[in-house]
Amino acid sequence: MVDNIDQLYADIQRGNENTIAKAISMVEDGTKDAVKLMKKVYRNIEPAYLVGISGPPGSGKSTITQSIVQLWRKENIKVAIIAIDPTSHFSGGALLGDRIRMDKISTDQGVFIRSMATRGSLGGLNSSIYDTVLIFSLAGFEYIIIETVGVGQNEIDIVKLADTTIFVTVPEAGDEIQAYKAGLMEVGDIFVVNKADRPKSKQMVLTIEQLVSFREDKNIWMPPVLATNALKEEGITDIKKRINDHHIYLQENDLLQKNRREVIRAQMINLMEKKLNEKYISPILKDQKFFKHIELICKKKEDPYSVVNELLLL
Amino acid sequence: MDNIIKVLIAKPGLDGHDRGAKVIARGLKEAGMEVVYTGLRQTPEQIVRSAIQEDVDVIGLSILSGAHSYLFPEIMNRLKKADRSDVVVIAGGIIPEDDHKKLKELGIKAIFQPGTPISKIVDFIENEVQK
Ligand SMILES: Nc1nc2c(ncn2[C@@H]2O[C@H](COP(=O)(O)OP(=O)(O)OP(=O)(O)O)[C@@H](O)[C@H]2O)c(=O)[nH]1
Ligand SMILES: [Mg+2]
Repeated sequence: MVDNIDQLYADIQRGNENTIAKAISMVEDGTKDAVKLMKKVYRNIEPAYLVGISGPPGSGKSTITQSIVQLWRKENIKVAIIAIDPTSHFSGGALLGDRIRMDKISTDQGVFIRSMATRGSLGGLNSSIYDTVLIFSLAGFEYIIIETVGVGQNEIDIVKLADTTIFVTVPEAGDEIQAYKAGLMEVGDIFVVNKADRPKSKQMVLTIEQLVSFREDKNIWMPPVLATNALKEEGITDIKKRINDHHIYLQENDLLQKNRREVIRAQMINLMEKKLNEKYISPILKDQKFFKHIELICKKKEDPYSVVNELLLL
Repeated sequence: MDNIIKVLIAKPGLDGHDRGAKVIARGLKEAGMEVVYTGLRQTPEQIVRSAIQEDVDVIGLSILSGAHSYLFPEIMNRLKKADRSDVVVIAGGIIPEDDHKKLKELGIKAIFQPGTPISKIVDFIENEVQK
């Protein structure tokens, strides 16, 4: 469909919005042209600084994102936002609603907002998310924010891509925090208790500070716990400053490159899994033989271990 | 290779009711589409820029305020200027019968009255996008 990948590459680099948007769709749909484009991008482009923002539904992630972006825009920094929402397992559809709270930046020429569904069907992280980060980097965005909802494994995998991860919660989320504390402690670089206009926010700050203090690597970066009221834009300057502090910390300790090697490693695993699925597993799932085996296993005439070896020619 | 239809549901105009728009958004999601919902009181500039950045196949405009006669032409103009007239634009809400012809001449592909079954909208979109 695209006759010239170099032209596509150059148009993205010039910041042409139509082209950037089309390139992201190509990557999402996994077209052959997308592969050609990404080969060139990986060989030429250093990713922009990547900030992940995650937390329970409705905690204020999009509102906070908008306010941070407004601060960066005052310094004329170009920002791209990737707002991710889950794909429904039932329908394959998704409702992407983060733009509702990003109204004030939606016509700013230095801001690009892209909503994405998680898609990736067979587990594992959708590799097009990081490819999109690289496309935005090629287009000259200096900061990229990825917003994901929730605190499950999939979200943790997404925020692990980020250089700095912000975890947003609300004063009432106590039980949730307890339930997910292992995952949270692993990934959060900055913790935010938003909606601090509500009761119990001080308690929540203390609870998280306590959880964070159990981190194994406590001699290194100590994640700050900040209280904010995003509706009034209170505490946002503090978040921005802490992102900067964390960036400097990563640089001074040679951790930025280390993190990015980890990301490439994860991306490699994603791509290998995707290829294996496409080439070996998906065709089997569509084959009538597969259903017959299931029947036979249910009738106790076969067992899954033997069948899997047979199907995969192992 | 996925080929999932992506739709922007937008509410131009000043009225503050978006229940209808939300019902449509949810219905299209349940039909397997990716639906970007942008919220109330969107200007034509916001709608078209969102549609470009999101690279949607379809824009669904929901309107109750009667301001369609000046908002819709501006949206269609902006799409044209952005070289994105390929996006399928449909409309729903309260739009008097007398205005339908004019809107279709502008390039709006379909106008759905309140109460239209969601399956009919889904069929229409799937047909149009496949073309
Ligand atoms: N009282 C209060 N409300 C807030 C604050 N920040 C955000 N909200 C409101 O909380 C609701 C959710 O805000 P969002 O920014 O959409 O939250 P989110 O975490 O992005 O939500 P999802 O993406 O749907 O998970 C909105 O109605 C906001 O106006 C705050 O500091 N105080
Ligand atoms: Mg959000």
